[in-house]
Parts: sequence; structure tokens; C-alpha cells
Amino acid sequence: MKPAPFDYVRPDRLADAVAALAAPESKVMAGGQSLVPLLSMRLASPSLVVDINGLPGLDAITVTSGGVQVGALARHTAVLESPEVARVQPLVPMALAHVAHATVRNRGTTVGSLVHADSAAEMPVVLSLLGGSIEVSGPAGRRTIAASELFVGPLESSVAPDEIALSAFFPALPPGAGVAFDEIARRHGDYALVGAAALVEGERIRVGYLSVSDVPTVVDLTGVPAADRAEAALEQLDPTGDIHATAAYRRTLVRVLTDRVVAAATANAQGGTP
Amino acid sequence: MNEIRRETRHEIRLRVNGVTYELRVPARRLLSDALRHDLGLTGTHVGCEHGVCGSCTILADGEPVRACLLLAVAATAHEITTVEGLAGPDGEPNAVQRAFAECHGLQCGFCTPGFLTTVTAGLRRDPCPTRDAAREMIAGNLCRCTGYQNIVRAVERAAELESAQEPAR
Repeated sequence: MKPAPFDYVRPDRLADAVAALAAPESKVMAGGQSLVPLLSMRLASPSLVVDINGLPGLDAITVTSGGVQVGALARHTAVLESPEVARVQPLVPMALAHVAHATVRNRGTTVGSLVHADSAAEMPVVLSLLGGSIEVSGPAGRRTIAASELFVGPLESSVAPDEIALSAFFPALPPGAGVAFDEIARRHGDYALVGAAALVEGERIRVGYLSVSDVPTVVDLTGVPAADRAEAALEQLDPTGDIHATAAYRRTLVRVLTDRVVAAATANAQGGTP
Repeated sequence: MNEIRRETRHEIRLRVNGVTYELRVPARRLLSDALRHDLGLTGTHVGCEHGVCGSCTILADGEPVRACLLLAVAATAHEITTVEGLAGPDGEPNAVQRAFAECHGLQCGFCTPGFLTTVTAGLRRDPCPTRDAAREMIAGNLCRCTGYQNIVRAVERAAELESAQEPAR
């Protein structure tokens, strides 16, 4: 359970970091809370780790009326505890409270969790549901990747190997809209067996699911009668079974969580506590 | 063996428990291993080595982090506190350590260093936790004796001890 050898650099300029990433089999490390376990189990063996913790300014959390921009070095804890973030987009802290345990959140970064693209993780679903985006920098300059284009497969994002994610943008909660997040895990803080996030905006109802498919999946339930929502969601999902839960149990959890998060988001939209 | 000899070693400075150490480590050296093998600070225990069990929890700038999920080369910017650094300057156990002894929160003792560091930092954030908050505080740490009842009691007792000694601090 030790990593294989790799080279390591910690540049203090973005240009140097991008240049370093031109090396084949290189990998960006921010918080390392997902990467280091992969290294230790030798599921990943990069030849070079580019530690971006020396890059200035990437820990900023910028909140405007339009949304929340989270820098690549902002730790989950800092985002979770920001009152401004909670005010502008409450779904972000609602979901972050379920990201691992406080000890891991102290080091792990929200942007890192997004580009790690684990469909069992909370933040990819949140970014997908809200229609957010990330900004990356690479040899060809900067570009913005919409959440709908970001998650392409299990643990696979559309960020190129020579690009560094600089920030993520979570759009603000529109006035009168409501959000909710819930998940079922064997132990709070563990990976969810199934999780769901809801966004209710007038008549419009959308729900995002984690730990159900290979990629975070958002289902539009607008206009579906309340009693039929869970089945309508399941028509677009194909839960699989694994050592932790059978497919049938995951379908049950989808039913339970769909009704629960839509009800909570509706209450949240009406000014109640989710 | 040739490959291992070719591996680049990095000269780093680690600040641990107020002491600066200079060491040469490969980039892949986990902080948990640097503490134990390079510095001889074997109080930090290594359980699962992939961030699940919490046995290796240390404090970086006062906040709990997993030493097995941090590379030693990446830890140089932080002030590290291990379980060896929790006691007072005279070696007197801190309130959390005393509470664990009083409440039999140690059991076999393997997970204890991670609990002690976690709870020491946790009580700084929340000096008077409810029972639920005490459980949440330690939720990231696993005890294979399943001794959680005594550990939760120890968290509450530590909060009592700390509030009692507050004026002296």
C-alpha cells in the first residue's frame, strides 16, 4: 500500500505548472484526498505529480449575485463554512456536509472533487444539477467547460491531461427556487449507496443522482405528477448492484430519495427549511 | 533495486511539534511514514493507509488531516502536530488524553492517537459539543474494538475538563 516512484514538482507559477504537465503520464495534485489513495493502491502510477499548492490566488472563494466561484485550492471546509456561499447557493454547503469526513474536507478541494469525476461523489451532481462550469488552463490557453460536457465516464472528466482546473462556478439560486440534498450511506461521510439533489424552480423540477450511474445523472421531472416522479426517474436511470447494495435496493433508494428531496426543495422554495 | 536507487530524493524541512527536522525523502513518502520511519515519531498509527480509518490523523496548522493522504514533500508548508505533541510542556497529558484514560476510551489503543488529535482540534472548534456533535466529531475515525460509547463519553468528559481549566489557560 505504498505509491510507486514518481517525480514531483511544486511550481509557484501557473505557466510552469502547465509546462510541467506536458510530461507524459503527469498528474495534478491539489488536496490529494482522492489521488493519494489511488497512488497508494497503485491504481494510478503517474510518472510526475504536479503539486499546485504553491500557485498563488487559487484558494479564493468569490461570491457574487450571479453565483459562487470556487478556486482550485479552496478546501471543502472553507467552502462549507462560508456564509456567503450558503446565502447565494445553499445547495453547495448542503451537499458538502456529506463529502467524506471533516478531516478529509480540511485538505480536500471542491474543484479537485469535480475533476476527479467520481459519480459516487456529491459535488459533480451539484455542478450538473445547477448547470455550473469549470475553468481550466492549458497550453492552448483558458477555456470553460460546462458541467454537461465535463463528466464523460467513470472517474473520467473532459479536462485534458495537460490542463489544470483553476476554478468552478456554481450559479446562484434564482429567487423563489428551492434546493435539497439527501443521501443514504452506511455511515455518514462514507460514499453514498444513493444520493439525490433537487432543484425546484416554479413548475420546473429537476433531480440529480449520485452512485446510480457511471456519471452524475440529472433527470427532468417537470410536469410529472407527484405520485409518478420516482418511477419516471427510474425510467431514465439504470442502477447497478455491487458489494454494498443490490440494484433492487438502489431502485428503492431512488424512489425514497426522489420523493424526499423534491418535497424538501419545494418547502425550501416556499421559504421553509429544507 | 536499481530503480529504487535512481529515485530522486527531496531535501525537505518538516516542522513537527515545534521542532524543525531536515530529511531526504522520495516524493512518494507518505507523511505518516516520514513521521514514523524518518523521524521516529511512532505515535502516529497507520491503519488502512487510504484515508478511511483515521488512525494516522495529525494536525496541520491545528486542523485534523490524514497523514496517510499527505505526501511528506507536500507537508513542508504546515506546522504539524502529532499525538506526541499534545501533552503539555511538562509532559502532563492534555484534557483529552486525561478524559480518554478516565472514561476507558482507549481500549486496545491502536486507534487512540487519531482520536486524540481529532478530538483535541474538535474541542477547539466546539468546546461544548452536544452528544450528536461529539459523535459527528469522531465519525471519521474507526475503532476496531467498537469502543465508541466510551470514546463519546471521553469527548464529553474532555469538554468538561477543558471548561473547568479554562481560567488557567
